[in-house]
Amino acid sequence: MFIPHTDSERREMLKAIGKDSIESLFSDIPEKYRFPKLDLPPALSEMEALQELSDLASANNSCDELICFLGAGAYNHYIPAAVDMLLRRGDFFTAYTPYQPEISQGTLQAVLEFQSLIANLTGMEVSNASHYDGATACAEACLSAYHYFRGKRTKFIISPALHPHYCDTIRTYLGALDGIQIIDRSDSIQQVDPLVLADQIDENTALVIVQYPDFLGRVVDFSSFGKKVHESGALFAVAANPISLGLLKPPSEFDADFVVGEGQPLGIPMSFGGPYLGFFATRNVLIRKISGRIVGETVDGKGNRGYVLTLTAREQHIRREKATSNICTNQGLMALAATVYMSLLGKSGLRKVAELCYQKAHYTANQITAISGFKVRNDWAFFNEFVVECKEEPKKIIDFLLHEGVLGGLDLGDFYPDMKNCLLLAVTEKNTKEEIDILTDLLQEVANG
Amino acid sequence: MAEPTIYELSSPGRIGIRFPDSDVPQQELPKDLIRKDLPLPELSEMDVIRHFTHLSRLNYSIDEGFYPLGSCTMKYNPRINEVTARLPGFLNSHPFQPLETIQGNLAVMFLLQEWLKEITGFHAVSLQPAAGAHGELVGGLIMRAFHKKRGDEKRTKILVPDSAHGTNPATSSMAGFEPINIPSDKRGNIDLEKLIAVCDETTAGLMLTNPNTLGLFEENVLEVIKIVHSAGGLVYGDGANLNALLGITKPGMLGFDILHINLHKTFSTPHGGGGPGSGPVAVAEHLASFLPDPVVGILEEGNDDLPPLYGFIKPKDTIGRVKAFHGHFGVVVRALTYVLMNGAEGLRNIAEYAVLNANYLMEILKKAYTLPYDRPCKHEFVLEGIWDELPDIHALDVAKRLMDYGIHPPTNYFPLIVREALMIEPTETESKQTMDEFVKVMLLIAKEAHENPEFLHDAPHNTPVGRLDEVKAARDLVLCCWRSEND
Repeated sequence: MFIPHTDSERREMLKAIGKDSIESLFSDIPEKYRFPKLDLPPALSEMEALQELSDLASANNSCDELICFLGAGAYNHYIPAAVDMLLRRGDFFTAYTPYQPEISQGTLQAVLEFQSLIANLTGMEVSNASHYDGATACAEACLSAYHYFRGKRTKFIISPALHPHYCDTIRTYLGALDGIQIIDRSDSIQQVDPLVLADQIDENTALVIVQYPDFLGRVVDFSSFGKKVHESGALFAVAANPISLGLLKPPSEFDADFVVGEGQPLGIPMSFGGPYLGFFATRNVLIRKISGRIVGETVDGKGNRGYVLTLTAREQHIRREKATSNICTNQGLMALAATVYMSLLGKSGLRKVAELCYQKAHYTANQITAISGFKVRNDWAFFNEFVVECKEEPKKIIDFLLHEGVLGGLDLGDFYPDMKNCLLLAVTEKNTKEEIDILTDLLQEVANG
Repeated sequence: MAEPTIYELSSPGRIGIRFPDSDVPQQELPKDLIRKDLPLPELSEMDVIRHFTHLSRLNYSIDEGFYPLGSCTMKYNPRINEVTARLPGFLNSHPFQPLETIQGNLAVMFLLQEWLKEITGFHAVSLQPAAGAHGELVGGLIMRAFHKKRGDEKRTKILVPDSAHGTNPATSSMAGFEPINIPSDKRGNIDLEKLIAVCDETTAGLMLTNPNTLGLFEENVLEVIKIVHSAGGLVYGDGANLNALLGITKPGMLGFDILHINLHKTFSTPHGGGGPGSGPVAVAEHLASFLPDPVVGILEEGNDDLPPLYGFIKPKDTIGRVKAFHGHFGVVVRALTYVLMNGAEGLRNIAEYAVLNANYLMEILKKAYTLPYDRPCKHEFVLEGIWDELPDIHALDVAKRLMDYGIHPPTNYFPLIVREALMIEPTETESKQTMDEFVKVMLLIAKEAHENPEFLHDAPHNTPVGRLDEVKAARDLVLCCWRSEND
């Protein structure tokens, strides 16, 4: 199957190395612990393994059968057929990290194109080749800021409306450093004006990080806020939804130093939460302070254009313990998916998808507003996600909707004690008017009792 | 000719995919929040397909040929993995779906956790970490949390042998420790005297790559672990080289406290040109409560008629979350498929043939290249790519010349303890014929080095581009192929 050796080849090879058995190659393993029994199920053929995995897959009710209004960091967008067709090329997915540029120009050029697309989408000057996901991209932004100030500034201000998993990941990463102060979702999230954060900024602040649109879907213009952050000399990071940037002002207009985020909406399947794609863009002057792989253009001996991994002096394998991060393997294939996706959609396609999300979400919100017993939070503008206050317990509503084949959003009470009666709903271009009307009809039934 | 970039291929007005028009009443867009310009390229679908097809042809891959990249375990990637990971029930499930709708996913994760425990001999496993280095970070943070909980705040140092993986020192710093370098002895084992001398009440733990980056099993492994444990430290196993140990021994039995596993190496999931990986972490019983949040567990036991109810569990003393959602699920499905198809005997065969292949190459190649640590290796071995009589030839020249013969170069210049290192890992999926061909080419290159050194120095000659100017790349930074016209 996956081991090609015949019996006679094994014998020839053993003879060539002067051994009489394969077992004898393991005499350096402590005898007591050598060749333990492995209690595993018997080996299956490909046909049987596929059946077994198909059975497990069909034990789920996925968004193939359910109408999806769940978002909260992972979104059900349409993925053009060409994306996966290109990803399945063995020349891409069975290659390693492009350490040998002469035979890795395909991967390297695709990464440079990814960097270019992300830079242009976020409005920033440069981008790296990726992080594991949106959460770790945020955490790496914090580490970059920590190292930028050489550990002398120790306060990190995290918007209470940053995705709770991102907040938790930042806490875990910064927890290993001494003397760090983290200001995050201590207060009531729903009352917090995102701009109130500004009052917390001082001379000891290394980084302020906000989300755009935030975890509750709100779109805030951070133009004056970015200036305020810089007045105290701190760095400013914005975690953005890349699809929203097809329509909304890029965070560069807020004077952001780092624009990071989850790239999953750019042509990557939801796949139960991973693998996804962390993106990380910054300003030219900060490029040597960030972590992650970076590809640059150069020439060969004959003057031909080519690409290499560059600025490697920042990285773990060169800088050893002084590196800003230990990141090595990143999300190469997912970055390729996003590159193909953005190339296919292009200027007009991404704008169109973003507008469809916006229009359909606003139609949904308007329809829900008309139902008694439900209130759509409208204190801020929103993109494709919004909060609905319910009279009924959200868990009961979610159960009822699920019974009718609808994934009815996220129960915010699971994350914020003061949002016990709130649902977070997301709408994408995949949701048709018919689906939205099914949702609102069902909510009307809930209201009718 | 070089392939143009997507921006060079762009023509105003082209579209690659059409979306339906809106079927809901239109609302006015909020003018003050809208961006003016979206500087993305404009291409047709065929432009995109041809462009990326052209790019893919500039890559070398396992599908094309031999890839003996030491430490990276570039084994064949079974195609069935790509099919199972894309089953619609898996692919189209949202990470926040209600538990009752995702029991299939949770069963996949639970099974792989259980099987990895069995394969490695540990008590508990987290599938959260996204890659090997991420798993290392989790291991470091677990060490930190363990000592802290016991009120043992003095343990600030992590011992890292000079034969360890390259990421280990950076991981130690990132986890808030000071890495201390431990030298190797003449046989490629840890220098025990130096280890004893440095172990004390400030030792948080040791990060041991075993087999190490010389491809050698630590012959004194039990003693090494005992020394660190007696000083109150923990022993972390860098499991990037686990391919050599499947069914051969269990690191948990040997006394390791923590181990990370690279699903994208040992368990055949593809490397994707630099990810996604997956770096599950396995721990002994006394560390299970520190694992990252969440792990998958059984909430309600099943019976003959009903399967168990799986759910997420937050470990009591957890180090916290290390990423969003539940790890690289798509990679987990691929690894589960691989274990299912191999079973216990198949896994042991993997290690046996990986080690046989490496020893076969080592025995023949050491006649033409210096082998500084000459004893039976495990899955890989390290040669010197330099000859005393040829001062102008370097490992890099040998590596680049291999490309001309259609073979991917070994890892070079690592580990640092071998001068001009060439680190060769054939893996179990390569046939004797492929290895004999590799041997022939390596011997030919050794001959060329002596007879025509200049030719080697200019290699590669047959690749899409020649040696690239890395100094220029870092000096005249060009990191984007097109900038917005506003700049």
